[in-house]
Amino acid sequence: MIAFWVLAPIMVAAALGVLFVRKAVHAALLLAVVMISLAVLYAVLEAPFLFAVQIIVYTGAIMMLFLFVLMLVGVDASDSVVETIRGQRVLAVVVGGTFALLLGLLLGQASLGAASGLGDANAGGNIEGLAQVLFSRYVLAFEATAALLITAALGAMVLAHRERLTPRESQADRARARVRAYGAEGAHLGPEPAPGVYARHNAVDTPALLPDGTPAASSVPGIIVARGTGRRAPAYRDVEDVVGTLAGPRADATEETHAEDTPPADGRGA
Amino acid sequence: MDDLTPFLVLSAILFSIGCVGVLVRRNAIVVFMCVELMLNASNLAFVVFAKQHGNLDGQVAAFFVMVVAAAEVVVGLAIIMTIFRSRRSASVDDASLLKL
Repeated sequence: MIAFWVLAPIMVAAALGVLFVRKAVHAALLLAVVMISLAVLYAVLEAPFLFAVQIIVYTGAIMMLFLFVLMLVGVDASDSVVETIRGQRVLAVVVGGTFALLLGLLLGQASLGAASGLGDANAGGNIEGLAQVLFSRYVLAFEATAALLITAALGAMVLAHRERLTPRESQADRARARVRAYGAEGAHLGPEPAPGVYARHNAVDTPALLPDGTPAASSVPGIIVARGTGRRAPAYRDVEDVVGTLAGPRADATEETHAEDTPPADGRGA
Repeated sequence: MDDLTPFLVLSAILFSIGCVGVLVRRNAIVVFMCVELMLNASNLAFVVFAKQHGNLDGQVAAFFVMVVAAAEVVVGLAIIMTIFRSRRSASVDDASLLKL
């Protein structure tokens, strides 16, 4: 019971976290906490096979699937706070609270008495006991499960498959399109500038500095700009200050100046 | 043997939280996670009852629930991926094309 009283508050807190956190990735991690704690509770409740299956299937496979889909869908796809149906949120909490109250009252009415314990059933080993039940009384359900899994795998393959409607764009096609854009509206022909090379960092989230000291937006990958995690570029003027300090003390040498954040996407070459 | 009622109370709390989550959250993936939370809560109740009655039928039921949950998640996430690919959104409110 000690394991229960330690884990139960953690599980309830993590489950409430799934309800309240804004980002889907955080919700997935909190759900993983709930599932691992649940696995420990299974071990406490004399179900060692389910303990292993819970960790392998739920936290191993299903949570991994969730995280993969989150990565494909976009990590920044956070929840909107706009209510489509007025008062839905309040009503949902009222309904959920009533439901919890109902279950609580039900459990209050029932008295379970002393548990029988699984000592007899697990006498020959938990996995052996489960196998005997599974392959005798539930063998039909087990076969149906096999059919269900195959159907699910095929369904996922059909849904994930995409027919190519247009011919695949080759490298020559892309080069031609680039030169055509250059001829038509003078778009930049060469590769994008590398990040951070002309600043003091060479991390990908630090924009490169142009000769006049302004950061070059096109040197930072678009996804970093979209997430707003880009770093500020140390200003070119900063370097001038250092040179000035080396040459001799100046009145404004201690004043530290930084360039503005990464400007909007069209800030290439001044 | 201890009284197992606290386990059932925890199961009920987790199920209610998952229930509210399905109703409140707008992101389809988080809604799915809340469905998983409800399935896990019911699994806990199954395992508790298995111990209470001293036979393994409850654990077999929990095992089947896990299998069905795995199949459901695979298909559900594939559907979410397909919708996201065509509509660039994972919100349950945006897929309202069938509404009058």
